[in-house]
Amino acid sequence: MFESKSGIFFIAGIGFFLLAFLGNGVVPMIMYKDRHEQTVEEVVNKRVMAQFRDLAQRYPESFHNAFGEPTEEACAEALRLGRQLYVGEGCWHCHSQFVRPVSNESRRFGPVSKSEEYDNELQRPVLFGTRRVGPDLSREGGRRSNDWHAVHFHKPQVVSTDSPMPEYPWFFDGSPDKPNRRGIAVMTYVQWLGSWLDEYPYYEELAEVTGE
Amino acid sequence: MTHGASAHHRSDGPQAGHAGAPSHDDLVDEKIIVCYYVAALTFLTISMLAGLLVALQLVHWNPFKGTELLSPGRWRMIHTNAIAYGFLANAFLGTLHWAVPRLTFHKVFSKPLSWFIFGAWQVVVLSTAFGIVLGPTFQDQPWILALAKKWHLPMNLGAQGLEWGETPFWIDPVALVGLALVAVNFMVPIGKSKGPMYVSLWYFMAAFVWTFLTYAMGNLLPEYAVAGTSAGAIGGLFIHDLVGLFVTPLGWGLMYYFVPIILKKPIWSHGLSLVGFWGLAFFYPLQGIHHFLYTPIPMFLQYGAVISTIAVELVVATVVINFFGTLVGRGKEFFDNLPIRYFYTGMVFYFITCFQCALQVTFTFQKLIHFTDWVVGHAHLVMFGVFSLWLFGIMTYLFPRLLGRPWWSRSLCEYHYWLSAGGLFVMFLDLTLAGIFQGYYWSSLQPWDASTNGSQPFWITRVFAGLAMFAGLLCFLVNLWMTARGAEATDPLPARAAGTPTA
Repeated sequence: MFESKSGIFFIAGIGFFLLAFLGNGVVPMIMYKDRHEQTVEEVVNKRVMAQFRDLAQRYPESFHNAFGEPTEEACAEALRLGRQLYVGEGCWHCHSQFVRPVSNESRRFGPVSKSEEYDNELQRPVLFGTRRVGPDLSREGGRRSNDWHAVHFHKPQVVSTDSPMPEYPWFFDGSPDKPNRRGIAVMTYVQWLGSWLDEYPYYEELAEVTGE
Repeated sequence: MTHGASAHHRSDGPQAGHAGAPSHDDLVDEKIIVCYYVAALTFLTISMLAGLLVALQLVHWNPFKGTELLSPGRWRMIHTNAIAYGFLANAFLGTLHWAVPRLTFHKVFSKPLSWFIFGAWQVVVLSTAFGIVLGPTFQDQPWILALAKKWHLPMNLGAQGLEWGETPFWIDPVALVGLALVAVNFMVPIGKSKGPMYVSLWYFMAAFVWTFLTYAMGNLLPEYAVAGTSAGAIGGLFIHDLVGLFVTPLGWGLMYYFVPIILKKPIWSHGLSLVGFWGLAFFYPLQGIHHFLYTPIPMFLQYGAVISTIAVELVVATVVINFFGTLVGRGKEFFDNLPIRYFYTGMVFYFITCFQCALQVTFTFQKLIHFTDWVVGHAHLVMFGVFSLWLFGIMTYLFPRLLGRPWWSRSLCEYHYWLSAGGLFVMFLDLTLAGIFQGYYWSSLQPWDASTNGSQPFWITRVFAGLAMFAGLLCFLVNLWMTARGAEATDPLPARAAGTPTA
C-alpha cells in the first residue's frame, strides 16, 4: 500500500487532500452556512452615501462625467469598480483588512474584526491580507477627507512625507482636483471600509449624517 | 534499495545499452527540456526585475514613478506569479521530461501532447502577466460591471484577490486543462512501469494529483462558491498547498532522483524515505489556516493548523537526516561537486525554513511577526533558497548533457552559486530582522511612519542583496549563452564537478 501506485494515488493524493479540505475548508463553510451574504446593493449605507454625495459636491464636473447623479445605484457601481481596482492595483498586498485582537491593534485601528464583517460580495475573495507595509484599512472610512485621499492617491508624499506608497496619477485627469471614474470609485471604496461599524469617525462634519 | 533506483543506474548516461533497457535517446526528448529551461530562465529574469522595482519603490528610488504600466503594485504580483508559474513550473516540467522517462523506462504519453502542454503553459503564464499589468487599465467596461452586477461576482479582468491565485479568471480554465494534461502525460509512463515504484515517483504522482486539486480549489471556491471567513480558510489552504503540494513534492522527488545518481550511491534509509513521504502527505495539507491566525476563523481550526505544522517539522527532520546520511563518507562532494553543493545548500535552507516555521506559527510569534517582513524573508528562503537553488543545481548538471559540451566558464558557475546563495542568505537575515523591528514599532503604538522609516536600512540592504542574486543569474545566463553557441571553454570545470557527461 505505501509504495503502490493505487495507495499513493488514492490515499496520499486524493484521500489526504480531501481530508484536509474537509477539516480546514468544509467545517467553517458548514459553521457559517446560515449567514446571509450581502450584495453590493445591500452594503450601500448612509455613511458611504454621504461620502459619495460629498465627492459629487467637491468635484462636480468630474463626478458628473463619471457617475452622473450620486444615487444609491451609482454608489453600488462605484463600490464594485473601486473594489476591482483595489484588487487589480495590488493595494491589498500592502494594506490588510483585518484587525487582530493582539499587539495593541484595536487601539491603533479600531474594533477587532468579526466574522460577519466579511459576509458580503465585496469580500470575494476575502482580503484579510498577509503584509502591512502601510496601515490596515478595514476601518479607514471617514478618517480622512475625500480631498486628502485625492491628493494622497495622486502623490502620497504631499500629505504623508515619508510614505513609500506609489503614486496613482492615472486615477486623475492631470491634477488631484480632477479625479476620473477610477479615482472616484477607489475613493468611494476606501470611504466605505468600516462604515458598517457602530463608530464611524468623521474627519469633517457632513451635514447629511450628523442627525443619524 | 528499490528496484526503480537501481534501474536508473543501469540507464545512466546516454550510452546506456543494457539488454532490454531502452536507450536514453528513445526515452528522453531533450529539445523540450531545453525549451522549458529557456522559458523558465526568461520568466525568472522578469520576476527578479519586478522584485527589484518593488524594492526600489520602498526605498524611494523608483525610476518609473507614476508610470501606470510599471506600477509597483501590479509588478509585485508579476514577481510572485512569474516565480511560481513561470520559473518553478517550467523548470519542474522540463526536468520531469528527463527524470520520469528514465525512471520508468517509458516515454511520456505523447510527444505532440508534450509540445501542446509547453505552448499552453506559456500562454497561461503570459496571459496572467498581461492580465495583471493591463487588467486594471481596462477594467472599467460597462459589460464587465453589468456581468458583475448580474452574477454578484468580482469579475476582475486583471488579478484576482488571492495570493498566487491572481491568475485572471478567464485563464483559469486553460490552466486547469493544462494541469490535467500534465498529469496524464506523466502518469501514463508511471502507470506502465513494473514493480515497486522508486521514491521520486511517489512524490511526482502525488504532486500531479495535488497540484490539479489545489489549483481548482483556490481559483474557483473563494471567488465563486463561498464568501467571508470560510473563503479565508480556503484561501489559506490554497496558498499553503501551492507550496506544500506542488512545489515541495516535485522538489524533493527530484532530490531523491538526482542526489543518488550524482553521488552514485543509494539513499541512506528506505524507511526514512517512507516516513518522509507519508508524513508530508498527511500533515502538510492540514496547515492552511496557520496563515490566518487571530482571524475570525474558528479557534479550534487555528489550533489544529498550528499543531500539524509543528508535527510536519519532525517529518522534515527525518527527510533531511536521510539525505545527510546519504552524504556521509562523501562529504568532499559538497565542496567539489557544484550540483551537489546546490542541493545540500538548499537542504540546509530547507531545514532552517521548516524550523522557523515551527516557531513562527505559534501564537506567541504571530503576535509580533505577522504582517511584517519576517514573512517576506521566510517566503524568499523557501522559494529561492530551497527550490530555486535546487533547480539551479539541476540545470548546472543537465545543461552540459543537453548541449553536449562542458560549461564555458567554471568561475561563472561558481559566481552564480555564491551570489545566489550568499545574496539570498543576506536577504533572509535582513528581512527577518526587519520583521522583528516592524512588529515592535507597531505594537508600541508609535506613528505609522516610525515603522516605514525604521525599515529603510533593512530595505536598502535588501536592494543590494537582491542585486547580488540578480548578478548571479546574469552570470548563469552569460555562461549558458557562451556554452550554447559553442565558445571555447576558458577554464572548464573538471568533468565530475559540473556533471559533464563522461565518455
